[in-house]
Amino acid sequence: MKAKIYIRYKEGILDPQGTTVGHALNSMGYKEIHAVSVGKFIELNFNDVSKEEATRLTDESCRKLLANPNTESYNFEIVEG
Amino acid sequence: MRAAIIVFPGSNCDHDAYYVIRKVMNKEVDFIWHKEGSLANYDFILVPGGFSYGDYLRAGAIARFSPIMEEIIRCANKGIPVMGICNGFQILIESGLLPGALINNKNVKFLSQNITLKVSSTNSIFTQDFKKDQKLDMPIAHRQGNFFASDDDLKKIQDSDQIAFTYEQNPNGSMCDIAGIFNENRNVLGMMPHPERAAESILGSSDGLAIFQSIIENM
Repeated sequence: MKAKIYIRYKEGILDPQGTTVGHALNSMGYKEIHAVSVGKFIELNFNDVSKEEATRLTDESCRKLLANPNTESYNFEIVEG
Repeated sequence: MRAAIIVFPGSNCDHDAYYVIRKVMNKEVDFIWHKEGSLANYDFILVPGGFSYGDYLRAGAIARFSPIMEEIIRCANKGIPVMGICNGFQILIESGLLPGALINNKNVKFLSQNITLKVSSTNSIFTQDFKKDQKLDMPIAHRQGNFFASDDDLKKIQDSDQIAFTYEQNPNGSMCDIAGIFNENRNVLGMMPHPERAAESILGSSDGLAIFQSIIENM
């Protein structure tokens, strides 16, 4: 069982990295892209646990450590394998 | 008076702070490894700057779970003065001892430069020897020093006079030019600038020494 976690800045939080990457893409000619945000992708690999248990543990890990509730939001999916 | 300087893997301003307290001020001070569990005999706790755990995940996020942190929180709640400088400020914020968050500087760069601070509140053991709006020169050296707080938190910080220092010219995008804040009880200070690197005139400024003197000599 695996958790795939996506962490991104909350709305309104300055994302200078995203802005800079956006400018670079625009100057490469990709004018269709008007905003970029850069976040984090984290994968957790579980021992033999149920999907419910993996969900609970992932949510707890995000709240306690992986995301900063002041500035970041997260979502995740639990997948087999 | 006996001070404790907490050492995490990756702390690198611990010796500067030790030098100021031991050699410049001639006071007792010990290094405390982050795996230790007790700070029973200390009157002042300093969480120094550096790159604890390589700033992995978020600056200060991993150090916050070191065994010594529970003891620092316990001492802070008892009223013992705790000061976090730079990465130490980031750790104190991650631990919940101070409100808000420190995010990437607005220009995405690591900033290493001399700046001028203004004393915003003199109502604390750390700042009571200063005059309001007094200017202090000292260096900054950080990438994640841009102070952010929710509207509610910011209002609370302002209403209860918890802003310790502001930047004269905002280098990093911090809300309200905030360079340092207190907790509600005013015995915990976090600041991004480095007073320990401005404690002797040969270093370009001795303004930082006055902060250490304010804490240690008012005990």
